[in-house]
Amino acid sequence: MIDTLQPILAAHPFLSDLSPQHLDLVVGCASNVRFEAGKYLFREEEEANQFYIIREGKVAVEIRTPNRGSITVQTVDAGEILGWSWLLPPYQWHFDARASVPTRAIALDGKCLRAKCENDHDLGYELLKRFAQIMEQRLEATRLQLLDVYGNPS
Amino acid sequence: MSAPPREVRDQFRIQIHGLEAMIQALRRQGFQVMGPTVGDGAIVYDELTSMADLPVGWTDDQEGGIYRLKKRADRAVFGFTLGPHSWKRYLHPAVLRLWKAARDGVGFIASEESGEIQKLAFLGVRACEIHAIAIQDKVLTEGTFRDPAYHTRREQLFIVAVNCTQSGGTCFCKSMGTGPQVSFGFDLALTEVQTGKDHYLIAQVGTDRGAALLDEIPHEKATEEEVKEAAGCVESVSSQMGRHLDTRDLKELLYRSYEHPRWDEVAERCLNCANCTMVCPTCFCTTVEDLTDLTGTQAERWRKWDSCFTTDFSYIHGGSVRASRKSRYRQWLTHKLATWIDQFGSSGCVGCGRCITWCPVAIDLTEEVLAIRQGGSADSLALSTKEEQS
Amino acid sequence: MATLLERHETMSVDRPDPMVPSPFRVQRVRQETHDTFTLELEPALGEDGFSFQAGQFNMLYVFGVGEVPISISGDPSKDRTLVHTTRAVGAVTKAMRRLKRGDILGVRGPFGSHWPVELAAGSDVVIVAGGIGLAPLRPAMYQLLSQRERYGKVVLLYGARTPEEILFPRELERWRAHFDLEVHVTVDRAMGSWRGNVGVVTTLIHKAPFEARNTAAMVCGPEIMMRFTVMELQKRGVKSGNIHVSMERNMKCAIGFCGHCQLGPVFVCKDGPVFCYDRIKDLLTKWEI
Repeated sequence: MIDTLQPILAAHPFLSDLSPQHLDLVVGCASNVRFEAGKYLFREEEEANQFYIIREGKVAVEIRTPNRGSITVQTVDAGEILGWSWLLPPYQWHFDARASVPTRAIALDGKCLRAKCENDHDLGYELLKRFAQIMEQRLEATRLQLLDVYGNPS
Repeated sequence: MSAPPREVRDQFRIQIHGLEAMIQALRRQGFQVMGPTVGDGAIVYDELTSMADLPVGWTDDQEGGIYRLKKRADRAVFGFTLGPHSWKRYLHPAVLRLWKAARDGVGFIASEESGEIQKLAFLGVRACEIHAIAIQDKVLTEGTFRDPAYHTRREQLFIVAVNCTQSGGTCFCKSMGTGPQVSFGFDLALTEVQTGKDHYLIAQVGTDRGAALLDEIPHEKATEEEVKEAAGCVESVSSQMGRHLDTRDLKELLYRSYEHPRWDEVAERCLNCANCTMVCPTCFCTTVEDLTDLTGTQAERWRKWDSCFTTDFSYIHGGSVRASRKSRYRQWLTHKLATWIDQFGSSGCVGCGRCITWCPVAIDLTEEVLAIRQGGSADSLALSTKEEQS
Repeated sequence: MATLLERHETMSVDRPDPMVPSPFRVQRVRQETHDTFTLELEPALGEDGFSFQAGQFNMLYVFGVGEVPISISGDPSKDRTLVHTTRAVGAVTKAMRRLKRGDILGVRGPFGSHWPVELAAGSDVVIVAGGIGLAPLRPAMYQLLSQRERYGKVVLLYGARTPEEILFPRELERWRAHFDLEVHVTVDRAMGSWRGNVGVVTTLIHKAPFEARNTAAMVCGPEIMMRFTVMELQKRGVKSGNIHVSMERNMKCAIGFCGHCQLGPVFVCKDGPVFCYDRIKDLLTKWEI
């Protein structure tokens, strides 16, 4: 299993610049996963112990409301990264993530990676750089969403 | 515009009382004569029915935020400069109905304004004002669209220009290249001369119409000395200018000064009262009002002067683009002196100084430009010849 | 019918007074979303038709209420029907929404510049629309599709507030069914049943299938959305000279006389509303211009 994931991870833009040694460390924490349409990848307040590289399908990031069901605030598509709560304490998910359609992904074990990063700070720095960029993109997109630009101005 | 001026030809001498014959001749030809007269504590433009309406023996004292009417020691007819009115009040009326419409079943019929528009003759148009009219011609008749109301009034217009023989306290036509000498755009141009007991006008013909009018007034060929005397009166005005505006690279200067701290400084003083836009001879902004009567069966569209200083001017989608006073003053000045050039090929300012005189807090655009050029604030400026406002 | 307009030859372009509206009859009023509706109009004077270019706008007058600028949202090749789509947000547009078949509306226009559909021939085309911004772009899409073979890849990216506020959904579905057209729709937020993208429309740009170096981009929507969209397009490598946006400002006359629509040196009514981004990029980043 792990042998076949190496070339896939090496080719992915998110990880392709890593040194071969660092890539090996990451591959060591990787596994293939699939979710049927409607299944949750994770739920709010669960322990956050992985992140996902979506290979195929679509994942809806949702927030539950008391009276209006779940609201989707973002969708993550094939090729994109889902989840950074594994990186920082309290290692807890703040949203739900649900597959809208049948979805295949590579799951990276967060506990496994955290341990490796503690041992190899260079690996830690490389991963943090990459996740910082994702967070920045998400933050900018979220700010635009907040502006509700299509809303009624008056 | 009226026909281009002919080559410089003979100039003529008219006795000062010839103005009466001139006014009556114009009236006989069906023109309503508009010109300077004393009213409302100033020299304003209004209808002239005879020479008696002219502000004979009056002059004006002008400075930043100050206008005073004063009696002269002599009987000069045009011994003043400019009042709060400009000729745009006649060519580009402040309030104008564009059309009327009446309900017709579920629909309505809108009809354009028809009917005769009274033709006008302007008596006493200064050089800067001729430039201002030319600037408004460009804006309102030489683009993709032509303003029919302006166009009709302009086509019918008879212009008797007058050369300035004194400068106003806030004038800077010299800086803007718009005076003091009248050089184009007139049917007749007059220069008033008073020498001892003699009081006459030297007249220059600009068009066939002007020549025809001159024929209705007693006149004779002017002598060379008389012509030189008149020219001298006008020339001396150049060195009396009340203000100076350095126009070198002015457009580029303002384009790179959008964030200059001076704008904040002037915003502290500016009341956004819009006086400057009302008295400026080239400001052309208008708004449109759609009205209906109480029965809802008759509607009218009216056009009125507007000012970029109002908060609503740039209103869109729930807010104004130019919400701060600073941005509105900056818009006005940058438009007048910079973006106007890109839009219409010339500066929008003719150096008449009205905006300086009629600003209640004496904001002086020549001073503002100087401050922006120097990169500093008011304190670092050498004060020009104006009294400090208390 | 009595003569409705007295036509003078007072205009340099041999047209009647451009401040007097022409009467158009309402053929149909269609509610599109909760606050957006479409008017289909025909000339009431029995003239040949109304021709315009994609991106232009008219001033629409409701008798006794007022006049507003609205982009034309119909097919430029269908000159017997004039189509406008707008939100009902103010006195005039709310009055417009209450019009019925047979009512008369005043129309002045068409005014303004148009999308560079002709000029884009030979390139890929990416159209990015946000909210009601799809309406002024729809005529460009019709024009593109009528000459599909002249263009490379054609991509439409559309962002709406919620799935219920997607404009022209049936049309979007029809376009998506074309094999030679890519249509991607996203919403700012959605409730459970939406299976599509959620996120701002800018997030669709980085993976949209077009060749950036040879792409013409046409963008329309709220100004903030257009600014960020242009940033993303530039990140992809689309040159600012190949990006066109549609601007909006307060308009009273639409013919360059009232002064209200000025944006720095340009008049949005006659130099725009469609602008090459190159021409106005410095203005868009300045505050309160």
